Amino acid sequence: MNDDSTGDGPPVPGSQWYDADAGPLVRPYAVTGGRTKPGPSNVRFDLIALVVVDDEPPGPAEEALLGPEHRSLLALCRAETQSVAELAADADLPVGVVRVLLGDLLESGFVRVSRPVPPAQLPDERILREVIDGLRAL
Amino acid sequence: MAYERSESTGADDDADTSALALKILVAGGFGVGKTTLVGAVSEIRPLRTEERLSRAGELVDDTGGVDQKTTTTVAMDFGRITIRSGLSLYLFGTPGQDRFWFLWDELSQGALGAVVLADTRRLEDCFPAVDYFEHRKIPFVVAVNCFTGARTYGAHDVSRALDLDRGTPVVLCDARDRDSGKEVLIRLVEHAGRMHTARLLDTVG
Repeated sequence: MNDDSTGDGPPVPGSQWYDADAGPLVRPYAVTGGRTKPGPSNVRFDLIALVVVDDEPPGPAEEALLGPEHRSLLALCRAETQSVAELAADADLPVGVVRVLLGDLLESGFVRVSRPVPPAQLPDERILREVIDGLRAL
Repeated sequence: MAYERSESTGADDDADTSALALKILVAGGFGVGKTTLVGAVSEIRPLRTEERLSRAGELVDDTGGVDQKTTTTVAMDFGRITIRSGLSLYLFGTPGQDRFWFLWDELSQGALGAVVLADTRRLEDCFPAVDYFEHRKIPFVVAVNCFTGARTYGAHDVSRALDLDRGTPVVLCDARDRDSGKEVLIRLVEHAGRMHTARLLDTVG
């Protein structure tokens, strides 16, 4: 899973001193500055929480201050409303890292995060019906 | 696309206007066909999660503690089925190995239900998953992946062998087949609906 994160160009056989077993070349939490939890807002991003670009995001000047990983996440959100899981897969970053980065984006007002359906109140019958019909029609 | 402003702190969002995402887990023993099933019904993508194996480092929050934290990278499959704009199903293939149990707790939170894939040649491989969902009262169906060459058993035999609660559906399926996979999901959603209604009636009555 990590072999594609190792740089440019085709690898010359025998030239690599590390392999997939060595883990990613850049430690995942390096891009979060070592933070393993989202910031003070204390949001727990569910895997299927949907991330939407804020209607009134901060200006380009502030965006320029973001790191490359923050910006690539933001670009993915702009393209389409996506779940945390999809963002992680598309950005090729572990979910834990994406949660921290999204916490930053949420706090600085770039994105909003929708809460998934809480366990106690599963969707009503009408929605389930719609899901069943939708599956049939696929 | 218009989306209801639903903050993470907001109380009762109206499900009609906000985007809705539903989570379904696909569990079962190693090599039983989870990836195949998720791939058959949806566009599939691998997802990496970096999780802490021990909670020892939890209180350490500065950069100095990172080295000592025991993390592991777990890969799982996930897929998405768009029912309509604003209503999507997300499928997560749970990692088969026991040492990744800790991941299940997060995955199962708020899940609509689960598919437990079973292979009749190694039925015992799905016991842990069946136990897990039974204990947590998460609606699930058992989908018997009918591998070619495996002796076919009836749904009833499997149900008895697994000592399933009455009402837990057993579906024979071919994980490679899209229509078969869809049928499994439909049975699950129907079952989840029934269980949910029964629970509502319990709380009222």
